[in-house]
Amino acid sequence: MSRTRRILAEHAGRDSLTPGEFIEIPVDLVLANDITAPLAIEEFGKLPQGKVFDKDKVVLVLDHFTPNRDIASADQCAYVRHFAIDQAVSHFYDGGEVGIEHVLLPEEGLIRPGMVVIGADSHTCTYGGLGAFATGMGSTDIAAAMATGRTWLKVPEAVLVNVTGKPHKWVGGKDLIIHLIGVLGVDGATYRSLEFSGPGVAAVSVEGRLTAANMVIEAGAKNGIFPADRLAIEYLAGVGVNAPEMSIEPDEHGYLEQIDVDLTALEPQVALPSLPSNAVAVTKVPHVTLDQVVIGSCTNGRLEDLRQAAEVLEGKKVAKGVRLIIIPGSPKIYRQSMDEGLFDIFLDAGAIISPPTCGPCLGGHMGVLAAGEKAISTTNRNFVGRMGHRTSEVYLSNPAVAAASAVTGTITDPGEIV
Amino acid sequence: MTAHKTLAGTAHKFGDHVNTDLIIPATHLVSNDPKELGKHLMEGHDPDFTSKIREGDIIVGGENFGSGSSREHAPLAIKGGGISCVIAKSYARIFYRNAVNVGLPLIESPEAADAISQGDKLEVDLAAGTIADKTTGKTFSIPAYPEFMQRIMDAGGLIEYVKKQS
Repeated sequence: MSRTRRILAEHAGRDSLTPGEFIEIPVDLVLANDITAPLAIEEFGKLPQGKVFDKDKVVLVLDHFTPNRDIASADQCAYVRHFAIDQAVSHFYDGGEVGIEHVLLPEEGLIRPGMVVIGADSHTCTYGGLGAFATGMGSTDIAAAMATGRTWLKVPEAVLVNVTGKPHKWVGGKDLIIHLIGVLGVDGATYRSLEFSGPGVAAVSVEGRLTAANMVIEAGAKNGIFPADRLAIEYLAGVGVNAPEMSIEPDEHGYLEQIDVDLTALEPQVALPSLPSNAVAVTKVPHVTLDQVVIGSCTNGRLEDLRQAAEVLEGKKVAKGVRLIIIPGSPKIYRQSMDEGLFDIFLDAGAIISPPTCGPCLGGHMGVLAAGEKAISTTNRNFVGRMGHRTSEVYLSNPAVAAASAVTGTITDPGEIV
Repeated sequence: MTAHKTLAGTAHKFGDHVNTDLIIPATHLVSNDPKELGKHLMEGHDPDFTSKIREGDIIVGGENFGSGSSREHAPLAIKGGGISCVIAKSYARIFYRNAVNVGLPLIESPEAADAISQGDKLEVDLAAGTIADKTTGKTFSIPAYPEFMQRIMDAGGLIEYVKKQS
């Protein structure tokens, strides 16, 4: 059986599960944010339970349009805040405690291998980077789970991603996943699990795995999952979570197919507008004059990402006419970046440092694009109009490529300028 | 569900991978009101789309309709905009669930999605399981939902289903 089916079977109290069958199982964590929680709370109100199933297993993060963008978004936050306080939700993140949800939860020690996590956010799949089964749903599904502690799922088929080799200096989890989405297409993994295995996984940092798992939804996948190896267990210990190792093994009965990815052969990848599957090597990207560069998000707003950006930006200046926006993903990352001197490098380069927010990634606020503008961003979606006007264009990359591009004003291989 | 009513309207054709950012751009996700969301339906694709549709019209998409974000506001905007149902070759997973939960009928029919042209007059009978293209005279059968999901729809959506179990 695939690792995903094993986790689901454990939750269903069954020895095995068959792909395609429908199951109703208990969940370990339920998540919503300031744009999906209001609708979930409204639907929750129609249910007889009245109380959340477990105040310690519901997580509410006000991260999308915060600090409040306008009156309507402020009202939405107020509505969620009232609910969180009324229900005594333990993991409610507001004000200075807000981090970008999928950066924040692992860091807060809320994620363990083998968990079932559902969230009203499509990038909930991020937690597969630590060996959890995690998937996004809509607000009504989350409302039902908040009330009952249960959800229904269709058991997915699985695809084994066999990772080999060792990545070059400026290649990491983001390049692995953009390349993979390029191979699969934006619906190549629909209803399926992407399970990462092979000797190359050890060469991808835990942050890089969270980045890769974050974007499996961009290939349509239900979830992505990495083994909880020694590296993952060390990361978890660092955030106060004791967990045993959990492997993902090739198994001829478990997987529909296998895809091989050799990290050694991989160059930094860029997804051209306007689909994440438009993957090309950074050296093959046509010349483009950039207006904006964004480094941050639930995909690449972690400390390792900011360190990488700083390594590229140190002693350099952002090109004239380019706005570089850097968004540390959580309060801890914000402080650590400051303490390490990364903020000096960013400010000296001429960057804008934003508080943790999803903001520009979804064209919300704090860096929306004008008509015809072009941006490179470390976020996860480059759909038409994603970051602003529908004639604006977004290229996706890792933080080092984004930083190098901010310096030159065009999409650049970091190896060329560092 | 509106299982015993015939849905009738004009077809509005879209290509593959119509994502939720096109259906309802994120900047409008500050309301849960279907009518309010419906004012911005497909704004990411065509800012004038709402002026081209009438109550009951039908969206016809390609592969992977509704991909991207988990926003339930997407099927709500489609409903609120007056669209009676969506016909597509295939759907993204989260969108499919959300549509069932908010009571927006989704029909998965690659055959119909290919054959129907922009502006065709359609009649959809969910109870009988048929799509009739009145412009071309062609008819298509609608595949049944999986039994489990049909139970949720028969209950009147997920909230009613959960209520019955509670």
